[in-house]
Amino acid sequence: MNMTILTILLAFMVVSAALCVMVRNLLKAAIALALTSAILTVVMFMLDAPLAAVFELSVCAGLVTVVFVSAISMTKPHSREEIAAKVKERLKRFIYLPFILLALLVVMLVVLWPCMDFSQVMKAGGAGAKVQEVLWNNRQTDILGQIVIILTGVFGIVVLFKERETK
Amino acid sequence: MSLLPGMFIISAVLLVAAGVYCLLATRNLIRILIALEILTKSVTLLLIGAGYISGNMGTAQAFAITLIIIEVVVVAVAAGIVLGAFRHNDTLDTRKLNNLKG
Repeated sequence: MNMTILTILLAFMVVSAALCVMVRNLLKAAIALALTSAILTVVMFMLDAPLAAVFELSVCAGLVTVVFVSAISMTKPHSREEIAAKVKERLKRFIYLPFILLALLVVMLVVLWPCMDFSQVMKAGGAGAKVQEVLWNNRQTDILGQIVIILTGVFGIVVLFKERETK
Repeated sequence: MSLLPGMFIISAVLLVAAGVYCLLATRNLIRILIALEILTKSVTLLLIGAGYISGNMGTAQAFAITLIIIEVVVVAVAAGIVLGAFRHNDTLDTRKLNNLKG
């Protein structure tokens, strides 16, 4: 595995997440979130997790973005006057994020990086079972839980998105 | 290989910081959902990274898939709740959602 590419991808992921938080337009924020998901998908493929990567790409980068875009289009955007009035106040609230991220990065590289020793964990690693075997043999309760959660989500969406009858 | 765990931990911590900052700073309901998504992205990254390092990719993928399913259902239901709140109050500003204020 190419460590340089992985490092660049992880850096891009953090940058796109920060962009997603800082950008003013909600639609652009949703697209930046989809970009973050897409980069995470590539990272997953590089780490030999193709099934989870496909899920991430189709569900998180696809379905969740569609949900966000629908929600944004169903709500009322701010008028130009409101946006102009709020620009400075918004800038004040979000301007600190890049500095906080940079400070955290420096602190972790200087203080925590020398203390990180994962040799014990890495020695314990084996070949591991396939995801199909794990899901169907060891984690059957998870599948049951997933079915219940999906049904709950479907009923929740049916109830919440239902148009109310106007009198 | 020895650099990998540190890289995953640092990226995940930075993503968590971005998500928590967004949760604290924003007043828009949809942006709060976006912050939740960023937080779950960091957890997914950490799960897959831990699985790769320890050699248990099967278990890590199973957990990641479960997490993704929970995440999408939470986002879909929360989006419905946000739309309901918008229909009632005609705003997405959390400061103006004070219908239950005594």
